[in-house]
Amino acid sequence: MFDMLGISSQALFGQLLIGLINGSFYALLSLGLAVIFGMLNIINFTHGAQYMLGAFAAYFLLEYAGLGYWWALIIAPLAVGVTGIIIERLFLQWLYKLDHLYGLLLTFGLALMIEGTFRNFFGSSGLPYSVPPELTGGRNLGFMFLPNYRGWVVVFSLAVCLTTWFVIERTKLGAYLRAATENPTLVRAFGINVPRMITLTYGFGVALAALAGVMAAPIYSVSPQMGSNLIIVVFAVVVIGGMGSIMGAIITGFGLGVIEGLTKVFFPEASNTVVFIVMAIVLLIRPAGLFGRGA
Amino acid sequence: MHRMISLTALAVALGCGSAQAQYTDGTIKIGVMNDMSGTYKDLSGPGSVVAAKMAVEDFGAAAKGMKVEIVGADHQNKPDVGSNVVRAWIDTDKVDVIVDVPTSSVALAVNEIVREKNKVFLVSGAAASDLTGEKCSPNTIHWTYDTWALANGTGKAIVKTGGDTWFFLTANYAFGLALERDTAAVVTKNGGKVLGQVRHPFPATDFSSFLLQAQASKAKIIGLANAGADTTNAIKQAAEFGIVQGGQSLAGLLVFLTDVKALGLPIAQGLIFTEAWYWDMNDANREFAKKFAAQNGGVYPSMIHAGVYSAVMHYLKAVEALKSDADGKAVVAKMKEMPTDDKLLGKGTVRADGRKIHPMYLFEVKKPAESKGPWDLYKLRATIPADEAFRPMSEGGCPLVKS
Repeated sequence: MFDMLGISSQALFGQLLIGLINGSFYALLSLGLAVIFGMLNIINFTHGAQYMLGAFAAYFLLEYAGLGYWWALIIAPLAVGVTGIIIERLFLQWLYKLDHLYGLLLTFGLALMIEGTFRNFFGSSGLPYSVPPELTGGRNLGFMFLPNYRGWVVVFSLAVCLTTWFVIERTKLGAYLRAATENPTLVRAFGINVPRMITLTYGFGVALAALAGVMAAPIYSVSPQMGSNLIIVVFAVVVIGGMGSIMGAIITGFGLGVIEGLTKVFFPEASNTVVFIVMAIVLLIRPAGLFGRGA
Repeated sequence: MHRMISLTALAVALGCGSAQAQYTDGTIKIGVMNDMSGTYKDLSGPGSVVAAKMAVEDFGAAAKGMKVEIVGADHQNKPDVGSNVVRAWIDTDKVDVIVDVPTSSVALAVNEIVREKNKVFLVSGAAASDLTGEKCSPNTIHWTYDTWALANGTGKAIVKTGGDTWFFLTANYAFGLALERDTAAVVTKNGGKVLGQVRHPFPATDFSSFLLQAQASKAKIIGLANAGADTTNAIKQAAEFGIVQGGQSLAGLLVFLTDVKALGLPIAQGLIFTEAWYWDMNDANREFAKKFAAQNGGVYPSMIHAGVYSAVMHYLKAVEALKSDADGKAVVAKMKEMPTDDKLLGKGTVRADGRKIHPMYLFEVKKPAESKGPWDLYKLRATIPADEAFRPMSEGGCPLVKS
């Protein structure tokens, strides 16, 4: 049956799996964006730069502190998350009551500044970073050769995504968070420190971006522009999923990875536009996005 | 008008009895345009401005009474941006010569504007061999390398050592397509076979889908018809997918020093490719490289930087000989007439179709154990003599040489 499409079933399964792997990066990044937008009402354009910072942090840890991938997986998100908290305290907290546009402009400007600074010091051709020795090699699945590292990326990011979803939608902490976005004054009346919760939420969203950056470091070039290449697609993912919808961001992230992967087989020239075509169609039919709660 | 100026120049020169010449608005203005912020920044970028400045200094322009000014601009790899910059440079800023311009789609656009405005275009960064083929211009010289030379050097060497079936990973724009076309021709001519190709968007980050298709093709050689971060990403991910362990080999058709540096020797070792210049080949190159690196944040020069140096040097010699920079066609004609000679690319010539001729070199990336310093990356495999390195003029289809 698959042969009718001019491609063997083996190749098709391979491409579906590749799509899922790429989708896991989209999912992790769009999840962070969705959390930040849902809780802070800020369109975080610095997200791509923070993803890049995560990858650079991994490189610095290895180069200057001798700490490998596994340490980077913990330390880099924490460190970048702290810079996020500083940004929130210094700038973002003054913008919550203003129009979305102000947050967008501020974070976009910050992204340009961060990327420009790194480009100035580290050039554009990238820095080397290797796959951790525990995850080198791969296994033959019959229909494709799956590098162990890529398998790890899918499993780990899926776990992170689902945990985040569970915490926000199904626990008491998540309930506080959601309540605080609906009515901060009331939640504060119950004795909950809402501003601190919001700050930590931003820090968490940023840490997710940095985590994706660490995971990308061994397979993509660690370069200052690595985030700006990705962030536009990720925004499209968030818009398709519905701004602020956690599960929407996760499902659309993986789904679009698969769609993009298939495009790379059938019509590779269009593979960097297909996401936007889907976005245009979704916006025409469901302006609030596939999983949006209505505008 | 131009003639008036040159006549005046002549009169002034004779009148003063000195070698002082008159140039358009008194200054020779060199515009270095390339990618100052994106994927090709390190291999061209601000380094090309440094190289141009070093050429002007070594030429001794100031001592000869020639006022030379260098300006730089970022074309962001977009033909429309590049065209606007060049028009503004020529029309309002009185720029006399455009130098470098990587990204073939931009270079092809600039080629037409410079021809229309009768200025000079010295290409170091761009690769498409069309610049001296169907699109050749009396105002353009293609200096450092081109897709035909890369294909000829790398393609021939690989087919001869048994790599006779190919699959291409091609960046989907003018440069990638030209490189794929030229390499495919070399492969077929030497008895090899092209099994297929996939064209990826430029720039791309993830190559796993494309690599999987290349793997499925069972070709012995996967030719990377792309450049910069696209090439490094593809090589990095090919290592991950066990392409090389699986018995297939990668052919980097355009690889720069900065790419090898970014990959690191453990991943890049053994890669074979063709270049026009490498810093560690002789004392003059080494001295240039050290001086260059000091002004370029410690980053060593690529062959594009060396090409910019060589091109600017020859341009200034021609302008000095003509005592005028006003007529672009005349300057280029003079450049073709004079043999080239500079400390980096050595002695050479410029052909009637605008192709600068010099030897090319086949390099191999060193093993980590062989490297003695952070920039000690290549070893020389073979020298391709100047008369074999570039496409014969008769095969290019350049209208300038048809008669």
